[in-house]
Amino acid sequence: MGKVKCECGHVNPNGTVLCESCGRALTEKAKKEKLADMRYEGSARRSQTYNKTIIDKVWNFFSSVKVGIWIIVLLLVAASFGTILPQEFYIPSNVPAETYYEDVYGTFGKIYYMIGFHDLYNSVWFSALIAALGVSLVIASLDRFVPLYRALKNQRVERHESFMKKQRLFAEQKGALHDSEIERVKEELAKKRYKVRVENGALLAEKNRFTRWGPYVNHVGLIIFLFGALLRSVPGMYIDELLWIREGETLQVPGTNGAYYMKNNGFTLENYEAGEDPEVFNEAIDRVGTVAKNYQTDAVLYRDENNELPGAKPDLAKVQEDSIQVNQPMKFDNFAVYQTSFRQNEMKAMQFALTNKETGEEFGEITIDLFDQEKSYELGNGYKVELRGFYPDFDGFSESGEPISKSPLPNNPAFLFNMITPETPEGEMSFAQIQNTMEPLGETKYKMAFKNLETRDVSALTIRKDLTLPILAAGGIIFMIGVIQGSYWNHRRLWIREKDGQIYVAGHTNKNWHGLKREIGSVLDQTFIPVPEDRQKD
Amino acid sequence: MDLAGISSTLLEAAFFFYLMATFLFGGAIRQKGLRDGEGLNRWGKLGIIVTLIGFAAQLGYFFTRWAAAGHAPVSNLFEFTTFFGMMIVGAFILIFFIYKTAVLGLFALPVALIIIAYASMFPSEISPLIPALQSHWLAIHVTTAAAGQGILGISFIAGMIYLVKNIDQSVSTKKTKWLEAVMFFIVSVVAFILITSGFSLADYKAEFEYIDKEDAAAKQEFTIPALVGPHEGTLLTEGKMEPLADMPAFINAKKLNTVLWSLIGGVILYVLIRVLTRKRVAALLQPFVRNVSSDLLDEIGYRSVLIGFPVFTLGALIFAMIWAQIAWTRFWGWDPKEVWALITFLFYAAFLHLRLSRGWHGEKSAWLAVVGFGIIMFNLVAVNLVIAGLHSYA
Ligand code: HEM
Repeated sequence: MGKVKCECGHVNPNGTVLCESCGRALTEKAKKEKLADMRYEGSARRSQTYNKTIIDKVWNFFSSVKVGIWIIVLLLVAASFGTILPQEFYIPSNVPAETYYEDVYGTFGKIYYMIGFHDLYNSVWFSALIAALGVSLVIASLDRFVPLYRALKNQRVERHESFMKKQRLFAEQKGALHDSEIERVKEELAKKRYKVRVENGALLAEKNRFTRWGPYVNHVGLIIFLFGALLRSVPGMYIDELLWIREGETLQVPGTNGAYYMKNNGFTLENYEAGEDPEVFNEAIDRVGTVAKNYQTDAVLYRDENNELPGAKPDLAKVQEDSIQVNQPMKFDNFAVYQTSFRQNEMKAMQFALTNKETGEEFGEITIDLFDQEKSYELGNGYKVELRGFYPDFDGFSESGEPISKSPLPNNPAFLFNMITPETPEGEMSFAQIQNTMEPLGETKYKMAFKNLETRDVSALTIRKDLTLPILAAGGIIFMIGVIQGSYWNHRRLWIREKDGQIYVAGHTNKNWHGLKREIGSVLDQTFIPVPEDRQKD
Repeated sequence: MDLAGISSTLLEAAFFFYLMATFLFGGAIRQKGLRDGEGLNRWGKLGIIVTLIGFAAQLGYFFTRWAAAGHAPVSNLFEFTTFFGMMIVGAFILIFFIYKTAVLGLFALPVALIIIAYASMFPSEISPLIPALQSHWLAIHVTTAAAGQGILGISFIAGMIYLVKNIDQSVSTKKTKWLEAVMFFIVSVVAFILITSGFSLADYKAEFEYIDKEDAAAKQEFTIPALVGPHEGTLLTEGKMEPLADMPAFINAKKLNTVLWSLIGGVILYVLIRVLTRKRVAALLQPFVRNVSSDLLDEIGYRSVLIGFPVFTLGALIFAMIWAQIAWTRFWGWDPKEVWALITFLFYAAFLHLRLSRGWHGEKSAWLAVVGFGIIMFNLVAVNLVIAGLHSYA
């Protein structure tokens, strides 16, 4: 690698524009410029120096901020397209996406679906854009950080007057710098928290250099965040399961390989009540109607002590008991269990009474558990009911006259009973639903009269494990530190020197020139040193 | 008077003080002595004092309402938008104490006033919190996000002043047209406020029965006359205006109707101003901004993005993600409101990089600030009202 030696004797890396040490312009172009381009201190960046191999070209492409901005803008525009219509995961789950978009949004919806915008954020090209952002961040940061670090570290107090003349804030004046003057300025600057160095009668005051690293710190944070998001697809890092659990039920917790069980001790839904809740809410409750106050599942978590033993029956040991509410998940072992949804009043059991149709006399009640039926129910004294058919989700009769069940869920249960009494020892058939009985095989003396229905609620719990969270959190924190570091301070420098009876003053900041001007103004006001002027004023 | 009553009185007082401060700042810029670093005159000092009193009154509104409701009053559109207006004033105060420019107040306070007036078009009763909102993160996330947006809003104000000052009004160009488009938008919001308050004073109510997206019968009450009616709607209230057209089921006719009214009202109001004054709105404002340095405006714009961007990121993305992980089981779900917060973030990132590396200073930077605020307002208004999402006050 070639080196560039400056007149001052400092050896700079190949490609350096302004000498790291004294600031002299090293290239023809830089020599001609009226104001020095101070963005990276004129340091040697790889992307500006090499452009031969493929690697150089890729490097140069991604290190360009112009390219970076394009990537950001493309991402932003693409992201907005995904909000025009709801994404696939937000449409009702019982309708197929192929037809949903066209049915609801017409031709536009059809096109939206056809070009894949219904699942935009999971598309390959969207992921590719995010990947390009990551690559760009890494390369652009490396391309600049190292040379900038070198340049700021190697800078000398005494800068060549050609460098000072090319600063945006600059002044020169005939005269000599006395030590006492320097001392006074030094004191003033120290009060404003500048670090002041004096060498050979030249002065360099600098503060907040650390703020220059802000962008690099925040980019590192972003990269860590993107890396964490990438890790999600690694097996074991991420679990997302839904558990529908009925009141009273104990079920294995999905995603835990059978290590945990959960019992639902009851689901509660509360609404705000005008009158009961604070009076200030009355008006809102009256206007809107019902406002939900609480969704809650009282849950007990068990560990299966026999989980490791193959074939052994679960041996449940209680771990914890918790009321799971929205915003208050139950936590255990990297898992969190959330109250996600519910279904109220699912049928659990039904009661029927064996009744003499004529007299209305009842000969006992039976309770049928809709999840666990028996073949026959003894009522004593020669009375007995046999369950000949159970249709949990009754949906009419088939052509051959058979009752049909739509699903195994007890949404609309129907029963075919055989009623045996001392009077009818052969039995009579009765087809019973809630509040409706039929006699499909001819008139009967007895009937199964519907008595009662027991219901319970079903709670939907989300089981979530996400081991990427700490990495994302680290990325987020580092990002925040970086942006604050880069945004809330400015890197300010002031150079003062005398050469051949001429005093030169130059100032530089990476942003917010007004602040620097005011600060320098107040420092130099009472001295013989000229206050530098902004040469880029409108 | 009860706490809720005190609270609304304080909000009205704040509104009044902001209005007064606007006029004081108007007086301040009539005199010379406003170039940067030259300090403030008496009007300017009075202006900032009255602004501070107004801000204190609005803080009073905020905390008394908090006490009355038992939760931070940022839980519906009225409360959020009012708070956003307060944050614009707060951000203005912050930037004012750095740069001491009265002209900023002359533009920032009217914007805050319009936003607060806009807020009061929404139902303003104190409402109880649904389960998803019952969290301390409600206060933490929403207030920080709104503060970030408020500070970013100041860059819009500085950008507007920059454009009003620097765009040549003696000829008609693309630039003057775009700037008028922004002015027209502001005028439309004012028209919306006037129309809504007008019909509300007249107690206009027209109920419709219609068929909704799920093919079910539903009812909707219009509080301004329906130019467009809901899907297969029938007017139930007698003697009210029949809509000129019915909308398909997936369009919320009531909201579209409001937008139409605002645009029509905006056109009328805007044309009226143009005809009466024979000048562009921006040209009318130009004399007020002559004295301020463009360079200073540019720096104020940039500075407020620098201050606001981290606050916005913290509130609207990081705190948002933390809460989403707790309330919705996942920190990110591509919900429209989340996406638009991300878009805002990316936009201001692009802004910073364009400035830093491509030298987009001055006018370009000012335009970007205007667009950025457009995105923020889109997220506040359009995403809440048009694109339905998970966010409960959508
Ligand atoms: C969403 C993504 C990004 C965010 C949030 C971000 C954020 C930032 C911020 C806040 C700054 C400081 C700006 C200032 O102080 O005015 C900055 C500077 C910078 N960014 Fe990014 N950035 C992102 C992506 C990129 C990409 C893709 C590139 C690649 C080309 C890039 C290259 C740079 C460079 C070169 C600087 C200037 C560094 C310096 O002045 O020393 N950034 N970035």
